[in-house]
This record gives sequence, C-alpha cells and structure tokens, in this order.
Amino acid sequence: MIDSRYDAVVIGGGVVGCAVARELARYNLSLCLLEKEEDVCSGTSKANSAIVHAGFDAVPGTKKAEFNVKGNQMMDELARDLEFEFKRNGSVVLCFADEDMPKLAELYQRGLKNGVEGLEIVSGDKIREMEPNITDEVVAALVAPTGGIVCPFGLTIALAENAADNGAEFKFNTSVLNIKKVEDGYVIETNNGEIFAKTVINAAGVYSDEIHNMVSETKLHITPRKGDYCLLDKEAGNHVSYTVFQLPGKYGKGILVSPTVHGNLLLGPTAVDVDDKDNTATTAKELADVAKKSAVSVKNIPYRLTITSFSGVRAHEDGDDFVIGEVSDAPCFFDAAGIESPGLSSAPAIGVYLAELVADKLGAEKKADFNPKRKGFVKLAEKSFEERAALIKENPLYGVIVCRCMNVSEGEIVDAINRTLGAKSLDGVKRRVHQGMGRCQAGFCTSKTMEILSRETGIPMEKICKNSEGSEMLSHKM
Amino acid sequence: METRNLTCIGCPMGCALTVTMDGENITVAGNTCPVGEKYAKKEVTNPTRVVTSSVRVNGADIARVSVKTASDIPKNKIFDCMAEIMKIEVNAPVSIGDVIIENCAGTGVSVVATKNVPSAT
Amino acid sequence: MKQYDIVVIGGGPAGLAAAISAKKAGVSDIMILERDATLGGILNQCIHNGFGLHTFKEELTGPEYAARFIEQAKEMEIPYKLGAMVLSVSPEKVITYMNKEEGLVQISAKAIILAMGCRERPRGALNIPGFRPAGIYSAGTAQRLMNIEGYSVGKEVVILGSGDIGLIMARRMTLEGANVKVVAELMPYSGGLKRNIVQCLNDFNIPLKLSHTVVGIDGEKRITGVTIAEVDANRQPIPGTEVHYDCDTLLLSCGLIPENELTREIGVEMNRVTSGPNVDDKLQTGVEGVFACGNVLHVHDLVDHVSAEAALAGENAAAYVLSGTTSEKTHKITLKAENGVRYTVPQTIDVENMRDSVTVRFRVADIYHDRSIAVYYGDKKVMSRKKRVLAPGEMEQVQLKKDSFKDYPDITEITIRTEEA
Repeated sequence: MIDSRYDAVVIGGGVVGCAVARELARYNLSLCLLEKEEDVCSGTSKANSAIVHAGFDAVPGTKKAEFNVKGNQMMDELARDLEFEFKRNGSVVLCFADEDMPKLAELYQRGLKNGVEGLEIVSGDKIREMEPNITDEVVAALVAPTGGIVCPFGLTIALAENAADNGAEFKFNTSVLNIKKVEDGYVIETNNGEIFAKTVINAAGVYSDEIHNMVSETKLHITPRKGDYCLLDKEAGNHVSYTVFQLPGKYGKGILVSPTVHGNLLLGPTAVDVDDKDNTATTAKELADVAKKSAVSVKNIPYRLTITSFSGVRAHEDGDDFVIGEVSDAPCFFDAAGIESPGLSSAPAIGVYLAELVADKLGAEKKADFNPKRKGFVKLAEKSFEERAALIKENPLYGVIVCRCMNVSEGEIVDAINRTLGAKSLDGVKRRVHQGMGRCQAGFCTSKTMEILSRETGIPMEKICKNSEGSEMLSHKM
Repeated sequence: METRNLTCIGCPMGCALTVTMDGENITVAGNTCPVGEKYAKKEVTNPTRVVTSSVRVNGADIARVSVKTASDIPKNKIFDCMAEIMKIEVNAPVSIGDVIIENCAGTGVSVVATKNVPSAT
Repeated sequence: MKQYDIVVIGGGPAGLAAAISAKKAGVSDIMILERDATLGGILNQCIHNGFGLHTFKEELTGPEYAARFIEQAKEMEIPYKLGAMVLSVSPEKVITYMNKEEGLVQISAKAIILAMGCRERPRGALNIPGFRPAGIYSAGTAQRLMNIEGYSVGKEVVILGSGDIGLIMARRMTLEGANVKVVAELMPYSGGLKRNIVQCLNDFNIPLKLSHTVVGIDGEKRITGVTIAEVDANRQPIPGTEVHYDCDTLLLSCGLIPENELTREIGVEMNRVTSGPNVDDKLQTGVEGVFACGNVLHVHDLVDHVSAEAALAGENAAAYVLSGTTSEKTHKITLKAENGVRYTVPQTIDVENMRDSVTVRFRVADIYHDRSIAVYYGDKKVMSRKKRVLAPGEMEQVQLKKDSFKDYPDITEITIRTEEA
C-alpha cells in the first residue's frame, strides 16, 4: 500500500542529501527527504574535520577534484545566503623532509590542474613566521589561501531548513528497508510505510552502497573508515590560525590541526577501516595516535585542555572516488555514494549537479518564488552590547543563560526548538545553538535544557533523548 | 575476645578505630575525641545511620523537598525507612524541621524536612 | 553606571559567607550576583548530612547549611540578584551581567569577591574511549536531576572516580532502588573522605576498585555496558585485566575544576596546581581589590572551610573599601610547597600588615602514613606536626602567627613540606 507519492525522494539527511534537497526545492516538483535518525546531520556529516578543502589533494580528472573545487567556490555566497559559520582561514600542508619535496610539488601541480587559486610553496622559516607554533622539523609548506573551516552542523541544518522553507518535506525516524522498481518509478519500503517516487536520490552516506545495491546489478562496496578526533577548549583555539595538514610521508597518514569556526582547536582524524558502519567508538590507541601525530606538526599543543573526543565514519568506496549520477541499470535512480573527504566541501556542488539531472529527467521547471535566503540562529554571544541589550528587551528569555560555557540563552534554545525542522533532542539543540558544547560538556545545563525541550515540544521528561529513540536520558520520575 | 577495625564516621577526619570486645566489655583505641568511642561502641552493638532522601512536593516551584531522619536509626531499618519515604507526597509550603513522617518504619524516629519550600509563585 | 562598594560574584556558600562578613565589617553597599534561580549554590542538591560540624557544631544537610546563611543574609538585608549571569569582569572592576528582568547591565565595584565555585571534570577531559551514548553523567549532574528535578537517571550503575560526589551518589542511587555495581578509581587511593567510603560504599557492599579505570564504553544509543581494567603505576591499563559490567548508567566523579574564566579575563596571575588565582594572606588576587574564596580559589573538602575562608575574604574586602587602598606591601613572603605538599593558599604573606594569625590551607600529593608537616622560615624549621595519615582527599592547614615572624625579619620564603616523622 502506497502511503505517499513524490516526484523526487532523497534518501539521507546528511550534508549531501540536504544539499540535493535544497537544490531540488528550486524546481516545481514534489519532494521528500527520508532520514533514519531524528534529525538531519546525524551520521558522517556530524563527525568530520569541518574543513572546506581548497582542492589540491584530489587527483585531477576525478569527481572528487571537480566537485571539491566547485563546492569551495560556492561556499562564500552560500554562507551569506544561509547564514552559517564559514571562514576562509587558509590551509597549509607541511613537508618534514627534503626528500619529500617532490611530493609537495606534486600537490602544488595537482592544485593548479584542479583550478585551485593562490597556491604557494614557502620555506620552513616562512611558514613558522606565518604560524609560529609549527615545529622546527618542517622544511617547507604548501599554502592554500582558499582553504576554509565551516560548522558542519550549521551548513547541513541551513541547507535542510532552506529546503523545507521552500516546500521540501522531511520524514525523520524513517529507515529504508527495500526499494522496488515499478513501471514509472520506485516504491521505497520504510519502517513507516511505502513511498512511491518517480526519482530517487541515494545520499545514504556509509549505507549508500546498500541502498544502491537494492536497485542495481552493478554493485557498490563501501568500507567504513573510522577516524578519531580530539577537541580542545577555546583557550587553545588560537594555537594555530591555518588548518595544518601533513604531507603523507614517513609519518604515515596525516593528522590535521585546525581551529574551528566555534573557536576551539580540532585534532584528527585517524584512519582505521572497521566492519561496522555504526562503529563510532573511539579507542585509546587511536586517541593516543592523534596526540602523537599532531605533535609532529604543531608545538606545545595543550592536550590538557581536551574537552571531548569523538569518532566519525567515512564512506570509502572501492573505486576510491565519489559515485555521482544516474545508475546505469536503474533509470531515474541517482547516486551520491562514497562521499568521503572532501565530501563536506563538495556537497553544495553535488547538490546543484544532481538536482539539474533530476529536474531534467522530470521535465520540472524552476519555481518563481524560490527563496534562497535563510535566517541564521540568533547568537547573542556574538552580538555587541547594544544589540544584545535590545534583543533581551524584545525577548527576556535571551537574558536567561542556560549554557554558561558557550553563553547560550534560553531564548536561543527555544528558537532552535520552534523553528523549521526544529530540534527534538539534546543533540539537536547542541548542533543548532552549541549548548553543552563547551568546557563543562553540558554538566550544568543538561537538566535545564531537557526541561525546556520538554516544555516546548510536549515530550515528557522521561522521553527526552540524547538523539534518536533508545537514547533516553532518564530512567523514571521519582 | 574479638577485635574489629573501623573508620569513624563522626566527622571528616575518619579516625582509624580499633575496637576490642570482651563480652560486655568494649574498649576503643585510635579515636581522637569522644565521638569516636561512642560511634565504635554503637557500631559493634547496634549500628545506626542518619538517612537522607527527598520526597515529592506538590504546589511548589520545585519538584522535591529534601528530608532526613531526625536522628540516626538502626542500619537494618534503612531500606524500610526508604520504602516509606518513597511513598509519601507533601504539599507546599514546607519548612525546615516540619515532620514529614512520624515514627518512620517503627523506629520511633521522625522524618523531617531539610529545605524550606514556599508555595508556587 | 551604578557603583557598588562590593560586588560578590556567586551566591553559594562562599559568596554568602563573604557578603555577610563584609557587611558585619561595616560595608553595606553590597550586591550578590547569583546565576541560578536560588541562593545556596550546589549545597541545594547536596541533601546528605555531614555539613556544619565545624561552623555550627552540629551535623546538617546541605540545604539546611545553606538556609542558615541565606536567612542571615536576608535578615541583614544584603541585596542579591538571581538568574544574574556575569558575562565579563574588567581589570577596572566593571562587571557586565544579564538577567531576564534588567537585560544587559554594567555596574562597577570598588571591590569584587570572586566566589563562582567549580565544575566537574567532564568525560571528554578524561579521554575515555568508546561510544558516546546517553546515560553518561557527571555525578553532580545526576545528583541535580535526582534531588532537585526528581528524576532518576538509571538503574544499573557503574561509577568512575571516587570523589565525594560519586560516593554520595552511590548511596543515593542505592537507596532509591538502583543497583550500583562498582566504583572504579584510577588512583591507588580514593579522592573522597574516608567516612563516605564507609557509609556510602561499605554499608551497601559496593566494591571500590582502586587503580582501575574505564577502558571502553558500549552502546550506541543508551549505554549498555563498560569495560574496566586495572592500571599500572603509570596509570596505563594492564592488558588482560579487563572486566565487563552491564549497566545503563555511568557516573563520573573524577575531580573538580575551579571556574575561573572570569578571573582570567581580569588578568590576574593564576596557579597551575590549584587552577585558581594566586592570592595573598588577605585572599586578594594580583589585581588590587579583587578577592577570591571558596572553590573558585581551590577545591575544598568541607564547606565549613569554605565558609571560614570566605568570611575572611569578606572582611578583607570591607577593610579595603573602607580604607580606600591596600597597604603598601613592605615585607612580602612567598610560600613554597614541596615534598608531598602540592600547593598552599595563600601563596604569599605580607607580614607587616597581616592579622594576628593566618591559616594556610593545602593538600598533599599522596597517601602518607606517620609523616610530619613541617614549616620552615627560610631554612629554619619552626613547626612540625606529626600526622598518622595524610590523604589527598582531605585538606590540611597550619596556622602561622604574626608573632612568630619577629625573630625572622629577613626571610623571603616559607616552605611547607611533609617529612618522615
């Protein structure tokens, strides 16, 4: 029994799925996004390096290279339109030995071929002048001024909200169980009933091979590649100003050291292939590796200021490139599969590309009333004294601080819950307004945030979850 | 003759006590003050504890009012006492010292409020 | 801009005691800024007994202890603001705070007393590997949810860390029907008070595993279990010693950190060991007129000590306001902690202007049996007190009398150390 019908259904509410949905929302078509968790940005998109790569890393001619550079170029306008946190802080790649210089030169050449602007190779002394905490062992560095940092939650949520504001429907807690080809499209079986779709876009992250394989004989295979990270307190946020990469060389795979748009310092990731696609457990060995390898690039990292560690799983496809486009033996079924790094940087461009293909297939016209703008979250901590005072006068709840470490007010949390695709869980609130993301890691504000969530959503306290169902915070009312 | 080593809970110093029991005759060593001797003698004959918990309060801005047994009760009555405490609900206002349960679990000791809880604003 | 004589930041036990004593010392123009909805601070959720033996010579629960100070502050008509979050403090003593009623406000003060307390060390800072599911709480957060909000956080419980809050919560959850399976402590000794081990763990047969830590956390949504392993002398897990415990809750009681974000902003010199500001015998920080007391200065074992320390800070702040300045420091002596003494508070003493006696508080680095605490003026031992047991969980103190410095007019350093008795 078909419960609903759409022109286009996007599977997966990560950054790629939301980018596709937002671009599809420009067209006159009925559109729905399916997400198995309770919120967007719940998989790979929530736990990664938060980097907008310049685009020198990918091999010229690959999809990775093409979409990375295009995505990077789109980011300024997108950040302005959608009001998410993005900063072009620049990236550097460090070379630790003279014999590795050819590799650095190769990266430079790749960057030129990929169309990356402003690349420059500088000496060890020069890079230490630019970035004083770079270690003495560094002999040279590739500097890419177009590299940037972004809030991955902010970007994904902004894309999702803008898609929803322009008519896209979002179904959460909805897992795809099977997909059947029917005459004029596909029937998607989910835990919440059957959905008919004329076109399907597979943006299922680490599960994109399984979704693809439901309709195609040309099988994909994704290896979940886990990476552990450490996040340091804002006190360490200025330790470097560039995103500092390592040239793959005698130290093995590189670990980056980067400021985040929230002012913290991020170290990671490791890279370990795992069997379980949901294996986001950090390990002592990998966390130790993060510390050890980051010290190779940057001196005096204050590890004692670590406020949290986390792990993300990247979708590594056997072909070692993004799989993007219509599936050869499944017409009207489009893949955005194997989107590992530089996926976050590429997502906006992938969205444009796939939306055009889908719209073309459906013969859909662009809407006249598409609104590309979306209002960002009100962030009081970033406002001037006067602006802040005025906002509190308007809404006294802006004057009630809930999260003291990040200076997040009750008003901001209420906004996060009540706006388009609002937060339904503690993680949802955290990803939108950064409550609990500070040095006490929600020690003080957990109970108050739960109360606000319960009051605003009507969910009883005992049912408030950290994220999706099964992650209830409390056992019972006493 | 039997000897037991105890840690005094009379104050945060936590003196290491040695209790020697010879029939009715109990001697305590290691204490720095009389509280230790009293505690040790009690601990080997009839150990007691003060129980603290909270009970639901209606008609207030907060959900719970904290309570305690007005004095120490036999250790083996702790869970009987808790069973009574967990059943009870009170109405605001509540003042420190208000009796919440009289003669809790047959100990002869009352459970009293330890927090002032005004009626809801 | 409204100016106050004294602004006290924090209305917990330290802030209340400081404000009361400042008022007693003759300053009336005081304002307490409290970020929570009630005065009393963390004592409100500490519903267990054991408070006040020094201060009131009787055993009170946390809310009762707080109520005595709150009532006194109200009787003395000391003004306070609730829900008032201080956002910044400048070296010129301009304080920016906000609340629902007034919005964003700037005030200035002749003297400031810092009494912001401390926070719990979170999981991230401990770098415990594993998943990040629901059901992992710092002990104080779980305590608040149970004792203030009235919700239980879980039924099958493992506790990492044997700090006092963890021990207290082991008993609290057991009394409410939860099964507390084990308390694991990384160190070879407990960071909590001995009496709490007896009455919170031993009374309920809850095992305390010293030199053990959590090496794995299971459960993607809600925690389903933890793996605990023994650690070696370098606190590294020993392979092969892993034991798995099924649980739905992991409480963390792994230390407290003074909340000094505002203090740093003022630009005062901080102490690496205490994580609080360095202070002199008046509990004045490196910035004139800025005083600190309670857990923001160094983490205390007993609230009674907080009250005593805060009263002194209040009195000194009042004296500073009334005289308009601190007296010239003519003979400043530095206190040095060594050989098992981790730190001292205060860190300096101004002998000329000190009171008749000064209490120096400190903690030791390890469990020591039959050692003395020795005090040296310069290189001359002037005091030695034998202690049967010294433990890091318990704060120690010595009194230094002003008279005692008469014979040592030229010393620049006082050393406090432990010695073989």
